[in-house]
Amino acid sequence: MLKKRTNIRMSGLGGQGVVTSAHVLAMAANKDGKFSISNPFFGAEKRMAPAESYCRIGPERIYDRGELVFPDIIMVFHPQVITLQKSYTAPFYSGIKKDGLLIINSNSDLLNDEDKEHLKSLNVAVYTFDGTALAMEIAGTELASNMAMIGAVVGISKVVTMEAVDQAIQERFGKKYVASGGTATLDEAIKKKFAKKEQLLQKNMATIKKSYELASAWAESRKLAVAV
Amino acid sequence: MANELSETQKSQIGKQNKKGQTYTDPNHLFFKAPRTAAFYTGSEVIKEAIRRANVDVMVAYPITPQSEAAALIGELYAEGYIGDYLRGESEFAVMGQCAGAAFGGARVFTTTAGPGTMRAMENFPMWVGSRLPIQMIVTCRGINSPLSIQPDTLEMYFLLGTGMLMWHAETAQDFFDWMLMGFIVSEQPDVHLPLALCCDGFFVTHTKDTVMLTPPDMCLPSYDPYRSPVVCMDMESPPVRMMRDPFIMKSNYISYMTHASWQEETRAACERSRKHTIPLIGGLIETENVDAEILIVASGTAVSQGREAIRLMEDEGLRVGLVKIKSLRPFPFEELREATKNAKHIFVPEFNVIGWLATELKAALPDNHRIIAGPHVAGGMTMPAEVIVEEIQKTLGKRVATLAARGS
Repeated sequence: MLKKRTNIRMSGLGGQGVVTSAHVLAMAANKDGKFSISNPFFGAEKRMAPAESYCRIGPERIYDRGELVFPDIIMVFHPQVITLQKSYTAPFYSGIKKDGLLIINSNSDLLNDEDKEHLKSLNVAVYTFDGTALAMEIAGTELASNMAMIGAVVGISKVVTMEAVDQAIQERFGKKYVASGGTATLDEAIKKKFAKKEQLLQKNMATIKKSYELASAWAESRKLAVAV
Repeated sequence: MANELSETQKSQIGKQNKKGQTYTDPNHLFFKAPRTAAFYTGSEVIKEAIRRANVDVMVAYPITPQSEAAALIGELYAEGYIGDYLRGESEFAVMGQCAGAAFGGARVFTTTAGPGTMRAMENFPMWVGSRLPIQMIVTCRGINSPLSIQPDTLEMYFLLGTGMLMWHAETAQDFFDWMLMGFIVSEQPDVHLPLALCCDGFFVTHTKDTVMLTPPDMCLPSYDPYRSPVVCMDMESPPVRMMRDPFIMKSNYISYMTHASWQEETRAACERSRKHTIPLIGGLIETENVDAEILIVASGTAVSQGREAIRLMEDEGLRVGLVKIKSLRPFPFEELREATKNAKHIFVPEFNVIGWLATELKAALPDNHRIIAGPHVAGGMTMPAEVIVEEIQKTLGKRVATLAARGS
């Protein structure tokens, strides 16, 4: 049976592509024939300031909007979300549901004993991986860290299909798109970096696929059943 | 007759504008033309509505992050879909420029939000008194200090008394349809008033959702300025004459009466908009299960959060009805009295600190002890469905689990 709703909270910093990630995931769910909504939450649009984005996916029409208070999945895009409390909830995992999933982009373990105990009491699975290193390795830029995060969440949860992610990426980067003034500028910066749009699409997808494979293997080894 | 076109407008139907769009009968465009699904942000939806609205002038104060609508509509101007596109040096200037363009006989559109709306406030009653059918999108955000760019509907409270038509959209779909329909209602000779079309900022403008769009090659017929009930830009006739030589300053019976009766007339024009609005947006309110003893009455995103709360309570065997208020001005007195006649408890969730909708309802409904003003959140806080459920359970005297422990 389809789970009623998958609520995903993405916490990161301005410039990391948190808003884009939620848009891509929601677009993919839409292409899979599911209902989805994505919306962002941020203050002044500036680099390194806290930025959150929420993606809701389900089998029935979704009305719920705004900040996601009770997520099934939390994705931490930057260590400072945890170390400098750059999130809109304290602690950053507040509200996470039982049997939930926490994905952290970091090259080291950032959780203290209290965090671990709390997450364990709720049976929350924690996947820590260095998404930025993966992005550097495959796409040659840390700007693709958000793609690694998308790959990880899809790999573990299978909340959308990879075909749909591919289509969503094509739609998002294949045509001119404005999410906000700041995002448009960033998109242009990224486009220059990759020189060609096709290359951008290809490298983004390659990063997502690699991260998807690693995360799938991790979930399988843990026999995780967070799939929707 | 509701929503009639003038002879000039009728003669335009079937012809094409310079972008190759066919001027289409509004009723055909709204209810019969084929629709295609798009997965867009609310800001993109605003752009798509304007593409089809045959707008003569858009004036922008491109504040970000109110919404990207003003910037996106600038692209439409570059593509040739809009007659003229101006930027004002402040929100106050923008609303003055809108008035100038509308006095000159143009179909005018602008967007605003929060502090900018407050700054421009002086212009809105002036638009009304001058009978200018300008459409203004209000993508609500916080106006108080400390600042917030997230939705808070307090500026709507200040707009309630301006005399403008005021509709409150719940979703991007409402927005798309009501923008196009709004021009038709606003421009009727017996209405001819500005429309404040409001939504809860980020929750609509920055949210990606599925929207059914009409064909891009069909557009509304042009605005016909000769349908205006007041003379265009004549310095010797009202309304311009009234601003040049305010009657009230002459302090005699005629000037006093003229001023007062004109205010009555603009309010009456707002009430007359009902017959045009109701067939287009499907009534001033929308109801679900209003035979239930418990009702949620709301407008905007609070309706959406109410829908989610109703689902949660259904799971627990509690039946709750819903009233969505679409139009705040004119206010749906009769419709609301009828819809709430069976209710024992009426909950009014709101995204502002004062609960102005509850206040309006308390003044409009009999036995107003039934009305519970809440829950509300303010300053851009989110309102999870669980908060509404908790408020209802608390009032019914049920034991409630703490919010954080619910983990629904």
